[in-house]
Amino acid sequence: MAAKITLKVNGKSYQEDVDPDMPLLYFLRNNLQMNGPKYGCGIERCGSCMVLLNGKANPSCVIPASAAQEFEITTLDALANGEKLDIVQEAFIEEQAAQCGYCLNGMIISAKALLSENKNPTDIQIRQALQRVLCRCGTHTRMIQAVKNAAQKMNE
Amino acid sequence: MNSMENHNNFNASRRNFLQSSGQLIVGFNLITFLELDNTETDLSGEPGKKNIVDSWITLDSEGMVTVLTGKMELGQGIKTALMQIAAEELDVAMEKVKIVIADTARTQDERYTAGSASIEGSGKAIRNAAAEARKYLLTLAEKKIGTTAENLFVENGKVISKTNQQAVSYQELINGKRFEIEVTGKAPVKSPQDYKLIGKPVPRKDLSLMASAQPYYVQDLRFPEMVHARVLRPPTYNAKLLSLPKSEVLALPGVLKVVVNGSFVAAITTEEYQSIKALNRMKQMAKWESPSVSPLQKDLYTDILNNTKSSETVEERGNVEEALIADSKKHEAIYKRPYHIHGSIGPSCAIGLWENNQLTIWTHSQGVYPLRKTLSDLLKISEDNIRTIGVPGAGCYGHNGADDVAADAALLAMQMEGKHVRVQWMREDEHTWEPFGSAMVFKLKASMDDSGKINSWYTELWSDTHSSRPGGKAGHFIAARDLEKPFDFQTGGFSGGSHRNSIPLYNLKNRKVVLHNFKGPLRTSALRSLGAYANIFALESFMDELAEKAGEDPVQFRLEHLTDERAKEVITTLVNKAGWRKNKQENFGEGIAFAQYKNAASYFAVKAEVTIDPIKKTFKVTKLTGSIDAGQTINSDGIINQTSGGMIQAASWTLLEQVIYDEKGVQSKTWESYPILRFGDVPDTEVILIDRPEKPPLGAGEAAQGPTAAAIANAIFHATGSRLRDMPLTADKIDWTKV
Repeated sequence: MAAKITLKVNGKSYQEDVDPDMPLLYFLRNNLQMNGPKYGCGIERCGSCMVLLNGKANPSCVIPASAAQEFEITTLDALANGEKLDIVQEAFIEEQAAQCGYCLNGMIISAKALLSENKNPTDIQIRQALQRVLCRCGTHTRMIQAVKNAAQKMNE
Repeated sequence: MNSMENHNNFNASRRNFLQSSGQLIVGFNLITFLELDNTETDLSGEPGKKNIVDSWITLDSEGMVTVLTGKMELGQGIKTALMQIAAEELDVAMEKVKIVIADTARTQDERYTAGSASIEGSGKAIRNAAAEARKYLLTLAEKKIGTTAENLFVENGKVISKTNQQAVSYQELINGKRFEIEVTGKAPVKSPQDYKLIGKPVPRKDLSLMASAQPYYVQDLRFPEMVHARVLRPPTYNAKLLSLPKSEVLALPGVLKVVVNGSFVAAITTEEYQSIKALNRMKQMAKWESPSVSPLQKDLYTDILNNTKSSETVEERGNVEEALIADSKKHEAIYKRPYHIHGSIGPSCAIGLWENNQLTIWTHSQGVYPLRKTLSDLLKISEDNIRTIGVPGAGCYGHNGADDVAADAALLAMQMEGKHVRVQWMREDEHTWEPFGSAMVFKLKASMDDSGKINSWYTELWSDTHSSRPGGKAGHFIAARDLEKPFDFQTGGFSGGSHRNSIPLYNLKNRKVVLHNFKGPLRTSALRSLGAYANIFALESFMDELAEKAGEDPVQFRLEHLTDERAKEVITTLVNKAGWRKNKQENFGEGIAFAQYKNAASYFAVKAEVTIDPIKKTFKVTKLTGSIDAGQTINSDGIINQTSGGMIQAASWTLLEQVIYDEKGVQSKTWESYPILRFGDVPDTEVILIDRPEKPPLGAGEAAQGPTAAAIANAIFHATGSRLRDMPLTADKIDWTKV
């Protein structure tokens, strides 16, 4: 049965009548028409649906919308400040770190969470931070480079 | 947002699309270029179309160039490369070029985007067409400026006089008029030394859309009042539905319709999550009669060897049998490859709309025209009343669930007139129902003369089909086989893809290759590089074994057996730049492998580096360095990205992957039961690009797969002394007592 769910997404509050069991992912993609988080596996094993919950990277495909009410949710859709892309987005574009790009949401969100805590991540720390996100095109090498590039820009 | 625009006008026929004035339209036909990818069978091409102009480049009054291509963007960056070619020949900036991809209402029938053939085929056609446009514009400029073409040059879309700098732009030359010309093939193309864009790492514009969460994928398409559907797939192949309490499903929130047609079952709902809930409920309640899958996985390879359907000699030169008896030094080995999934990160998705007797399908299929033809067969609707529009999905790497989900969407849209029906496959649907890369077995024999030169080579290989794409027959859709009046699935013979790269490029006096076709228990079709991946794994592992037998260095041994200079150079460039077994290091190994994809496309050599831990009995591939000669480079960054990705993907296939199944069906249903490489285990990669601007460009997207597999096996042997011949190459297969 539907219930009133209020979510704080990208700095705004949204109230919708939805099935409280519905995973956050569908709230974001369908109720709010966002494109960042993507459906990939539905069981938190591929990272396509990553969002920031209170600044930490988390999959959105399992957590029910009702349980997400306690978090500040940030999605890739709002990482840019108007036209100005976030440093992490810029770095991924600069390194051309994608092929099909379907996993890019998970990569950028995970990198964003990492860099907000650690401005100088090592290679191993970057790999650990991106470990949950699967890429099938094999663009990993460039993605690691993109995170390093972003870190460098942040420290300039 | 190219991919999102202009999707709503059904009657935008391809000619109508070009009806406005103020354009220069260059028409050309592509059929002559399409033969390149015909090794994937089921071709729906209609011969005798040779002189029909059905593809275009247009130049409009704003100075914008539009390229219309039937090829599909799959993440390989084809849009950028084709735009680069057009921009170069026309001497305009990249910003002035747009591209329209696969859409039956707007672009030419280029069949499938497959076989690494887009650059060699479409690229060449677009180059000729752009050159023709440029030549025509120069003749217009001659009149306008009052001089002859040799006194003119073009810069940034402006024709400029060499003598007095008088300039006229392309738009001014078109001046609101309409010109329609055809490619004569006589327009001169640019000399490579004048290239400004070709060969350069032009960035892909679509990456910005992806990185900033713009709508880009078919999954992102939203239409007013769009409804959602999930299909309840049977538990396994050929299972029949016995019962489903339809009314109970209909009573669930948001359920608009429950479709049961034979064993094809689906729920259509208002909201997406409602359809997932309905699916889960239907899964619990449906009763099926499921035939057992056989042979079982443990018996698969034995069964393959004993149940050959047909055999053909692919190649025979000299007398292999005689040489094998005569020579004293002999060697033989058997290699095995399990079933592999494509494993798109985004499960397949399609949207269908049935309205005013017309069906529109938004799809990430690799072939919008063959798909349309097959939908026409499925639904018995004329092709004229079906429009299939290509919108990118997640990377597919071959024939995955894209066409099947499009058929699902078509069947369900017919039940919901006037509504857009979005069908999204679940992860389990993609893992278990996509057509896999075929399991294969290879038996290789060779003999060497006294000097250590290979005298004879005999390959026998066993494979199921590598192409069951829908080329017009509805039985190729899995949904069609489940209908109350089912369509039969006939493979239509086995494909040439099985023996791709089975013939060694090495200089061998006596050689023979025999292909044995088998029909295996699982559904198979085209997976990136088709049979080449495993053929090269076997061939290049065996070359290493022969080098060992001859007591020679594997690099030297290969070079001694090659005469093709580009083949030799791709290997020597690699070892010169990346080094080769300089110092014997503890717990470390280096392996090399080489191939020319299809023996006709890109040359590729790769070195794998492996470290081992003899205490923990584990190993790790730490680095892959590849060198590639793809002839004339169009986009250097694109080739490097594809090649690096190809190496990593192949490493994943080789080290970790196999489809698990039992008598109940495919059991690899998630990323847990079918793991792929994650960041922690991904090797570093480096790509050395050999550009040959003066040579024709060669397909590059599938060059890395096979050699990478063999290089890893060869590195493991170098590090451990164990020769692993059964994929996946896992640590438990190494004889650690030898280390």
